[in-house]
Amino acid sequence: MQPFLPLTAVALPLLRDNIDTDTLIPSREITAVSKTGLAPGLFAGWRYLGGDHAKPDPAFELNQSAYRGAQVLLAGENFGCGSSREQAVWALAEYGFRVLAAPSFNPIFYRNCVRNGIVPAMLPANQIAEIARWVAADPQRNRLSVDLRARRIGTPDHRSWQFTIPDESRDFLLRGVDAIDETLKLRDRIAEFRAADQLRRPWAYEIDTAPRDAVQSDVDML
Amino acid sequence: MAATLFEKIWIAHRIEEDAAGALILIDRILLHERTGGVALQSLAAAGRRVAAPQQVFATIDHVVDTRPGRSQRSGTALAARFMEVTRRETAAAGIQLFDVDDPRQGIVHVISPELGIVLPGLTLVCPDSHTGTQGALGALAWGIGSTEAEHALATQTLRVPRPQTMRVLIDGTLPAGVTPKDLALHLIAAHGASGGKGFAVEFAGCTVSALDMEGRMTLCNMATEFSAFAAIIAPDDKTFAYVHGRAYAPGGASWDRAVRDWIELASDPSARFDAELRIDATVVQPMVTWGTNPQQAVAIDGRVPAHWHGSQHDNPESYDRALAYMGLKPGASLLGLPIEGAFIGACTNSRLSDLRRAAAVLAGRRVAPGVRAICVPGSSTVKRQAEAEGIDKILIAAGFEWRESGCSMCFYAGGERFGARERVISSTNRNFEGRQGPEARTHLASPETVAASAIAGHIADARTLLD
Repeated sequence: MQPFLPLTAVALPLLRDNIDTDTLIPSREITAVSKTGLAPGLFAGWRYLGGDHAKPDPAFELNQSAYRGAQVLLAGENFGCGSSREQAVWALAEYGFRVLAAPSFNPIFYRNCVRNGIVPAMLPANQIAEIARWVAADPQRNRLSVDLRARRIGTPDHRSWQFTIPDESRDFLLRGVDAIDETLKLRDRIAEFRAADQLRRPWAYEIDTAPRDAVQSDVDML
Repeated sequence: MAATLFEKIWIAHRIEEDAAGALILIDRILLHERTGGVALQSLAAAGRRVAAPQQVFATIDHVVDTRPGRSQRSGTALAARFMEVTRRETAAAGIQLFDVDDPRQGIVHVISPELGIVLPGLTLVCPDSHTGTQGALGALAWGIGSTEAEHALATQTLRVPRPQTMRVLIDGTLPAGVTPKDLALHLIAAHGASGGKGFAVEFAGCTVSALDMEGRMTLCNMATEFSAFAAIIAPDDKTFAYVHGRAYAPGGASWDRAVRDWIELASDPSARFDAELRIDATVVQPMVTWGTNPQQAVAIDGRVPAHWHGSQHDNPESYDRALAYMGLKPGASLLGLPIEGAFIGACTNSRLSDLRRAAAVLAGRRVAPGVRAICVPGSSTVKRQAEAEGIDKILIAAGFEWRESGCSMCFYAGGERFGARERVISSTNRNFEGRQGPEARTHLASPETVAASAIAGHIADARTLLD
């Protein structure tokens, strides 16, 4: 994962509450067993008329030239609720979004963002609305600067808003580390813990690999 | 020190912890073809190994064909790709797969309890948001993304920020004809779809104790729509009786040892929770959703709120948008709304008890003309059990399609769907825009409400048929 560097970019306001991951990427758009090739499916239900990729809906902000190149998404409460599908985050990242600003995020979605280098920045709804108004006045000109280290979203005319992000997430994004590599450094410690746990809870480890015949017994279980 | 059920499991699995979170040992990892195959593939591509394949189980449920007479390969081209990768990667990693033709196949959150894979006191993760369903057995079970699944597979651990704890205390007897699904929708309507955000939610109280295991699973399943990190219910004699003798459950002397440990798991009487909600079960009514989020729900004899102020936790935009999508007017009555589709299935309400209750409504009756009614058992085992009782015959005689098990039309993945602007009454857990097909209009309800509505041809109260 690449470390997150400060950026200045166009922002797209989409101030609806409860934007779910089915909306971010409908299941029908997930056509390959892959983390890539997903950007065309982003917001497909809102972005295309009748679901047809050849017919972008001009009323949807993502299709408007004013928001071309957007890397910051401004959203409402409970962003990313619903299905755990990480394709929603992969699609956002592939499209080019690097920062999502919302009053709150779904917890699984939030962790998926952090693991994929996207900054989930939390701000009160009234502040997001204030930023959105300023952006919407002239989106290509009114770009936002995001400084993760300082937890600050700012404008060129020196207005700024502090956002919230837990230390652990911030550090992870700034360092761009590989979480598995980090944990595998503790391999011996984990093995030791597991061995002791197996003595404490032997039943949790006795997984019958040739289980009693489930088919014969299931009707008898009633 | 007094501890909650959640804290006892957390502490027992904690390898290290600081202010940012803990490194938690994971006892069971479950995978399905939609999100699990890509995790295994990515792990293998990075040259990493699955740390404990014997603690990992996979099934094919999300995009599998559920039409009668399906085969290993039937379904869409998309489904074939996802199933193929899952077969290849589970075989390469030495992971038990319950494939399409396996008699144990089914929806991951239905088969895990059924096979004794989930047990009280375990930590269990799955790249699926409804994993909290399995907390009904007293396990700490939560949904993750595919990247975190890779971490769990490679290390048998996850790094997790410690969630706060919430107790939802439910007391009183549920009125006749009111189900755990209604109870869950009542909770979400009252406290919002983010009401449980980030909390490890323990459902407790005499109403919860009185629920059977499958009812507890329905309640925990819907906690996902309450934005809970996890849902959990203290294991009791009902839990132990349910788990005993299941295929992967401990047997013999191990069983006694396990039960001794499990009895200790319940929250201590003086344990403190970070938040507490109380629900009076005696006032809960059969519920139905009117909007595009599970919090947009009212009692079945209620009306669409006349103004966004009347819809708790909504704002004007989401209220207007939901009504436009659903084709409803402010103040409209839910009872009597004509439907084109009726669906019984999904990890919420597809277990044997759900099908039995639907069959009680449908026996000797016929689905109204113009309604497409579908029942998809939650697992191949549930299907066989239902057939042994003749439930299939009752449903088929009533005009329902009787399917093979899978997630089916709980969501539209490019295969089967309900039509644009078709109104569907559904026992599933999500009424999001486009969830059951582009522009399809989903109303969530209990299996008996779905059955009664299918007969009436419009949204109907099952209690009027059961009197």
